[in-house]
Amino acid sequence: MTQRVPLRPLTRILKARAEGADPDLIERENLRLRHEAARDTLRQRSEGRLLLLALCFLLAFGAVGTQMAALATGEADEPVRAASTAGAEVTILNTRADITDRAGRVLATNFATNALYAHPHEIVDARAAADGLARIFPDLDADTLYARLNSEARFLWLRRYLSPEQEQMVHDLGEPGLHFGPREMRLYPNGRVAAHVLGGAGFGQEATNAAEVIGVAGIEAAFDTALRDPDRRAPLQLSVDLTVQDAVEQVLEGGMRLMNARAAGAVIMDAHTGEVYAMASLPDFDPNARPRPPVDGDPALSPLFNRTVQGVYELGSVFKTFTIAQAFELGLYNPDDVIDTSGPLQMSGFLIRDFRDYGPRQSVAEVFVRSSNIGTARIAQAIGGERQRDFLDRLGLLAPTQVEVMEAPLGRPLLPERWGELSTMTISYGHGISTSPLHLAAAYATIVNGGTRVQPTLLRQDSVTPGERVISETTSARMRALMRDVVASDIGTASFGEVPGYAVGGKTGTADLPLTAGGGYYEDRNLTTFAAAFPMDAPRFVVIVSLQEPAETSGQEPRRTAGWTAVPVAAEVIRRAAPLLGVRPSIAPGVTDRLSSTSN
Amino acid sequence: MTELAHGTVIVQSGEAVLPRWWRSVDRVSIGCILALFGIGILLGFASSPPLAERTGLPPFHYVIRQAFYGGLALVVMLVVSMLSPLTIRRLGVTGFFITVAAVALLPVFGTDFGQGAVRWYSLGFAALQPSEFLKPVFVVFSAWMIAASQELGGPPGKTVSLLVTGILVGFLAMQPDFGQAALLIFAWLVLYFVAGAPMAALFALMGAVGAGGVYAYNNSEHFARRIDGFLTAEVSPNTQLAFAEEAIRNGGLFGAGLGEGSVKWTLPDAHTDFIIAVAAEEYGLALVAVIIALFAAIATRGFFRLMRERDPFIRLAGTGLLSLFALQAFINLAVAVRMLPAKGMTLPFVSYGGSSLLSTGIAVGMILAFTRTRPQGDIRDHLIAQGR
Repeated sequence: MTQRVPLRPLTRILKARAEGADPDLIERENLRLRHEAARDTLRQRSEGRLLLLALCFLLAFGAVGTQMAALATGEADEPVRAASTAGAEVTILNTRADITDRAGRVLATNFATNALYAHPHEIVDARAAADGLARIFPDLDADTLYARLNSEARFLWLRRYLSPEQEQMVHDLGEPGLHFGPREMRLYPNGRVAAHVLGGAGFGQEATNAAEVIGVAGIEAAFDTALRDPDRRAPLQLSVDLTVQDAVEQVLEGGMRLMNARAAGAVIMDAHTGEVYAMASLPDFDPNARPRPPVDGDPALSPLFNRTVQGVYELGSVFKTFTIAQAFELGLYNPDDVIDTSGPLQMSGFLIRDFRDYGPRQSVAEVFVRSSNIGTARIAQAIGGERQRDFLDRLGLLAPTQVEVMEAPLGRPLLPERWGELSTMTISYGHGISTSPLHLAAAYATIVNGGTRVQPTLLRQDSVTPGERVISETTSARMRALMRDVVASDIGTASFGEVPGYAVGGKTGTADLPLTAGGGYYEDRNLTTFAAAFPMDAPRFVVIVSLQEPAETSGQEPRRTAGWTAVPVAAEVIRRAAPLLGVRPSIAPGVTDRLSSTSN
Repeated sequence: MTELAHGTVIVQSGEAVLPRWWRSVDRVSIGCILALFGIGILLGFASSPPLAERTGLPPFHYVIRQAFYGGLALVVMLVVSMLSPLTIRRLGVTGFFITVAAVALLPVFGTDFGQGAVRWYSLGFAALQPSEFLKPVFVVFSAWMIAASQELGGPPGKTVSLLVTGILVGFLAMQPDFGQAALLIFAWLVLYFVAGAPMAALFALMGAVGAGGVYAYNNSEHFARRIDGFLTAEVSPNTQLAFAEEAIRNGGLFGAGLGEGSVKWTLPDAHTDFIIAVAAEEYGLALVAVIIALFAAIATRGFFRLMRERDPFIRLAGTGLLSLFALQAFINLAVAVRMLPAKGMTLPFVSYGGSSLLSTGIAVGMILAFTRTRPQGDIRDHLIAQGR
């Protein structure tokens, strides 16, 4: 394009020289022309670029205008969420895997429903709509609703989810300002059964067209990410058995009422794998309508509180099992060795007493079966604090359980600040250390299963490698024999625990509850626990039942010990659950004659 | 006599200043600006009483101040628009050196009014933000330099103005005021673009600006926070942005009605940066569309008039000022609808603010002066230019 023009037009200069004119003038003129030409090119170019600039700005203003129009005419959404999702459209994934029990029975599933919201500006007849809605939803107040539907708001949530019948009734109102938003809701078809295991779910991010379901407690919260994984197809299979869980809850509820207890907890655990077959905590709740956390009262008595995992208690004499087992394991004593049990035992200004005076000398076996604090404390003195602490640690009693519910880390055992001699002695019979009932179940499983460590789990295990060895087979066998004696012998504390055919063995524990104000114990409020296993010759299941503040009132004065409260309840639990667990009763010779084939 | 050159107005020598001004100035743009100012006052009645209430002043305190400063700004604008481009250039370049000195001395004499950035001089009765006044005079200076470089034997204006830009951007980044710094860079790039810069150089410069942005993001928390805030999809529902968006949504097509808006009670910057949200809520999309149309009209008319301009300085200076004006309006509007990251920028003539009004008045006065119709060379020049 550019035409090359010589800087000094030689022909013209030569001609000018010949004519005697000034060649510089020609050169300057030439330069001026070149410059003007360049300026014109530039001007052409800038004209084009100015046009481009103008178009850019028009486009920019147009874009802003369009965006404004889109916003202004857009569908009114819930204000808060609308603001949060406007920038980039957030897709709400609401797939959530089912949860089943160990046999594949559904414990939690999803249900397609609708949320109800209103665009008040589209409401035709606010009075009729408010009255109609109040009829359909009795908890809504017609006048309040009328005021809200008449307000300046552009958006109102009315219900989180509707039943199909309610949905049809809202349709029948024929009000164009009422809208439905599709929802998946989490449904627990068994209601309250296994409430604390499952926990519950709530809505996370919500928009009108979808809402995300998130787990808020229990296993729903612990496996929230895994359950929400859109690639996941298989349901989450728990170790819980729905039938056993239901039976345990029924019996426990009845037992709690009968024993006038304020709260109760129970665990049934496989003694070898640590699989939890049932885990109940009363009072409970319906995970379909999870209550709000209470603002007053004792949080440990709230229905939401999972006593078996989250609650840590001084469990009392059930800890004697560990002390005696360690004494055997260390070879310090044999069951028939006789020790001094004269009391009360004085230790740094603290008196250790027995429930009753059992005489100045008893065998170790008697100490265990009769549950002598003095005898156990003497044995603990021989063991020493450091070894005791190490042993309890290997049983898993000093750290939170690893069980798969959100609340597990909250169940952190409370240990003495200084593990001195006095602490060693009190811990030997279960005072001065607080653990959860689930801790206890796992530790008992370890003691009775032949001595290998058990980790509690809520997931179905198909194969489990035995854990590390904590006590020897021999010690385990000795402990099983002693625990059977607690139930079967005349001097045992748990004679109500006998269930014909199932050879129940165990250990009772009655612990005074610490004063809520602190610094002492209640005289008449206690926590009774029965830690049992069955069948005792080759234990398959560990059962823990604990009642808070029970009082058995059939006698002259209320009886509060475990033998009168927790033990009979546990026996009933075993009676109901053992057949469901597939444990065959072993029938003693001579009993067969008295069985009839139609017995129920 | 017949008009020979298209689009020119014959200037009769000896004609009085005012009639000549009236015949040559862009009267439509003046009309648009007056309309914007009127809308600003109208919205001030809606948006500022809550603020006045909070600060314990009479309810229309800010409206009165706005009317006062606005009137002053309009007078300044009209006076400036009557000046000749040469006078403007001389005053502008002088003003430029004074403003640069003021900006440079900010770290010594300025205050931050507790807002974390030293941007203001406290004059007792009012706060003066020198960087507000820097932009128009910077454009005049740069346009002068670049235009001069196109003259025979002119100075190396492009290099000089680029260096000056770099130094000023450094000053502003120290305050820190990345917004103003970005505007200066933008203004210089527009000038360079319109002055016919080769495309390769433009791309290289834009790359450098991008790299600078990345550097600032990595090294300045202030800057990084703004960008992060924009990039996250989630807006916390209690931020100004969320309220503004909600207000626009609530307004719908024709608004919630006079005084019915609620955003002015919740947004601390309702009278300045988010005035458009108040407009949208109380008067609806209708008024917002009018405001956008007014700005678009001023911008397009200005650019088309400048396209006919032959004088490189006038063309460049006019383009730079007009681009800044339009860009400021665009940014303010775009932030409210979340098309751009949050940046405190006022809506010219509509938002409340003394410094902002005055500096906008000066800048728009210059634009009007530069876009006045004037003879564009002789017929020969014209025919050659058209014939190619």
